[in-house]
Amino acid sequence: MSEQKKDLGQEILKEINQDQKQTEHTKKPFLGNAAIPLLAIVTGLIIGALLIAVTSQSVYAAFGESIGKGFSQAFSEIGTAYKALFTGAIGDPIRMINAVKGDDAREIRQAFNPFLESLVQSTPYIFAGLAVALGFRSGLFNIGVEGQLFIGAACATFVGYSITGLPAWIHMPLAFLAGALGGAFWGFIPGLLKAKTGGHEVINTIMMNWIAFRLTEWLLSGPMTRPDSGGMPISPIIQKTAEIPQFFQAPIRFHLGFFIALVVAYLIWWLLFKTTWGLNLRTVGTNPRAARYAGLSTTKSIILAMSLSGALAGMAGAVQVLAVNRSMALGLSSGYGFDSIALALIGNTHPVGVVLASILFGTLRNGATRMMVVSSIPIDIVDVVQAIILMFVAAPAIIRSIYHLRKPKQEEEQIFLSGWGGQS
Amino acid sequence: MTPILELKGITKRFPGVLANDHIDLSLNKGEILALLGENGAGKSTLMNILYGLYQPDEGEILVNGEKVTCNSPTDAINHGIGMVHQHFMLIPVFTVTENVMLGNEAVKQAGFLDRKKAADRILEISNHYNLEVNPDDYIRDLPVGVQQRVEIIKLLYREAEILIFDEPTAVLTPQEADELFKIMRSLVAQGKSIIFITHKLREVMDIADRVMVIRRGAVVGETTPAEADKQSLAAMMVGRAVDLEVDRTESKPGDLVCSVENLTVVDKFQNIVVDGVSLEVYSGEIVGIAGVQGNGQTELVNAITGLQKSLSGKVTLLGEDVTKFSPRQITELGSAHVPEDRQADGLVLPFPVAENLVLCTYYKQPYAKGVLLQYPVILKNAEKLIEDFDIRTPNAFTSVGSLSGGNQQKVIIARELSRPIKFLIASQPTRGLDVGSIEYIHKRILQKRDEGCGVLLVSPELDEIMELSDRVAVMYRGKIIAVVANKGITKEYIGLLMAGVVPEKPIQSDEKTVVEATF
Repeated sequence: MSEQKKDLGQEILKEINQDQKQTEHTKKPFLGNAAIPLLAIVTGLIIGALLIAVTSQSVYAAFGESIGKGFSQAFSEIGTAYKALFTGAIGDPIRMINAVKGDDAREIRQAFNPFLESLVQSTPYIFAGLAVALGFRSGLFNIGVEGQLFIGAACATFVGYSITGLPAWIHMPLAFLAGALGGAFWGFIPGLLKAKTGGHEVINTIMMNWIAFRLTEWLLSGPMTRPDSGGMPISPIIQKTAEIPQFFQAPIRFHLGFFIALVVAYLIWWLLFKTTWGLNLRTVGTNPRAARYAGLSTTKSIILAMSLSGALAGMAGAVQVLAVNRSMALGLSSGYGFDSIALALIGNTHPVGVVLASILFGTLRNGATRMMVVSSIPIDIVDVVQAIILMFVAAPAIIRSIYHLRKPKQEEEQIFLSGWGGQS
Repeated sequence: MTPILELKGITKRFPGVLANDHIDLSLNKGEILALLGENGAGKSTLMNILYGLYQPDEGEILVNGEKVTCNSPTDAINHGIGMVHQHFMLIPVFTVTENVMLGNEAVKQAGFLDRKKAADRILEISNHYNLEVNPDDYIRDLPVGVQQRVEIIKLLYREAEILIFDEPTAVLTPQEADELFKIMRSLVAQGKSIIFITHKLREVMDIADRVMVIRRGAVVGETTPAEADKQSLAAMMVGRAVDLEVDRTESKPGDLVCSVENLTVVDKFQNIVVDGVSLEVYSGEIVGIAGVQGNGQTELVNAITGLQKSLSGKVTLLGEDVTKFSPRQITELGSAHVPEDRQADGLVLPFPVAENLVLCTYYKQPYAKGVLLQYPVILKNAEKLIEDFDIRTPNAFTSVGSLSGGNQQKVIIARELSRPIKFLIASQPTRGLDVGSIEYIHKRILQKRDEGCGVLLVSPELDEIMELSDRVAVMYRGKIIAVVANKGITKEYIGLLMAGVVPEKPIQSDEKTVVEATF
């Protein structure tokens, strides 16, 4: 594990260095590819702050007294909210320092739990984000991640509770693999339809989502229902041997799945950028006509890409069941499959970017819960912030004109366009 | 006399590029001014400024001595400036009259269209300037040359005094081009003034009264065809001496490398686009396929390279029946293909130069071991080819899309010609390239021929065909109507064949040169 992690670190460094090299000769704006997403995040938070201020009753009341009071009230509201967001997401810095100074291991874990919990929240995002990013790189817009995630979760759950007597080192990987295969199958179908009949994957994956939702509903309230659930659509609890281990005692949920996600991200990066298969996928994804000219099979590439993308989505579902929930219910996903489209775009459809964007999303989600408790600001404000970030990433012209960035050459944006059906 | 149009110190900057650098230009009434320059020299930018599509950063435009600003094509046309675009702006399902009046409709009372009035006006213009056209024809039924006439009528209908022609001969046969030149002559005789944008030296010599040469956004010289010759113009355009004539030695045809027998190809609407074509290419020779674009050349090439299925017939490459082969199988036999549309088919623009240079071979040793790409080897290959083929790129990681057209084409040429090949299909290998790149690519293709490679060259540029080919096949409406040895034949002769006319007696040729003439 540690060796893998070291590798990943080196690769990230290499990526960053490579980007810098490119900066020299193509005159990209400061921060290179990261400029737009980073500025989008900053802008999103600023607009979020404005929303907090204008939706607060006490700010209006303070403005009624005097303008100065109004501003100070607005700033204090924003300060409270974002402070809560921060401590909820990362932890209270003072408490963390004190805990490290002290010797109480339990206190250290508790102080760092918000941060660890953010990583727990990020894990399904990483898998789902990779699924969408792989699709984009291969010229496919996989909207069906949510459905593939549910099918993956159902398969992992079934293998997790129904098989008994296996040692953990077989059972857990087996259940995880079952999740991946389930998702892969759910991605394979629209892939096959696209390759053989030309049926558009956007339409077909949306349809497959609905089939997946209803199918899991039926499974959970029928064949896979928990015997003592009393009619609730919930599955039996998985065997101990199928669990992906959590590192600490409850309530800290930080688990091995996060590291599995990092390893998978590394593998996807390796596949995409270091292997002939990856070059295949990327060529078909970027210019299918040139791919045909070069003798590649677009059919194979599409099917492979959709299956792999589905497998990654399935892993997102599997990891939630095996590591966090330990059983499957309908509330399994809080829209991971759809948020992942946004974060794949924010991450420039690059595995490193996806990991970073996933951690951002996980952190925002986690912090928002505490923000709601402390300052009674609805959790939805985070949805709004996320939506604004996404909007800016999808329409980079806005960010460019706000911050006076140079317009990149067309081909740099082509990778997105191709995914949105804008292939020229 | 005040010039009808004057540009003073026009400067236009794009991020990182000075597209126009203080350009001065004056156009007298009743003259044809040729604007000569390589692609990317800034001709189009200048004309787009004049036509109101761009705003200049500095400088001013004077029409008849009065300062004007053009913020849109509408402004330009109001000042009497009109443009005939390279790609026509016509609606195929409308008639000539409807196209001409579009945007400037003649109306009766209550807003009804007055087609009669417009048609009468068109006929009047047509008679006045010898622009033969029937106002009631649908555009889709008209040959390209006539469509261009409609474009010109559109401008005259709007009373344009200054006509800009943007590479107008690119889509015409030599005969149609001559026809166009006649029209241009008659236009200036009637007092119109013309700016003629081109990169073809021959046309400049034929038609222009005055020539202005632009290089890298700046005017580098002004001359007249009487004072200059092709060599000096080319040198001005490129900035160094250029060999216009390639040395082509006698070919030494060897074995049969490619034979096409009775090949028929249909398009997606089941129209026959390649109609029973038979053709042979021997090693060590270049067979040129001449023909106006859209006469089945693209589909013929696609069928030979495995990109398109044929309906019937047989293709044999290097002794193997490849009719049912996939593109990769055909490539692996030892054939190479320089595709017609380099950006759509030949390159993956966002990918680095290095990856594009192994686009057809990346999966094989030494570029890959198993599924693992060997980037050090790919990079080394790229550095060697960049050096050997003089590809101007900052480095091997630069995305191909950011290179100039000429260098993009060199990437393809380098990739295809560096492999050990016995057969090469080059489809419009110099389309849209500058004189310098054309010279280079022609030399490379000839070199490949001299090494014993059989070459099938497809090009609508008659000059290119005549210069490189050992034998010329002329394609017209899906058929090869003649195959002649390129010895002692004239351009006019091939030009007539391109128009579908088989001359009774080949011009200036003895019996032997006409190898085969079928219709």
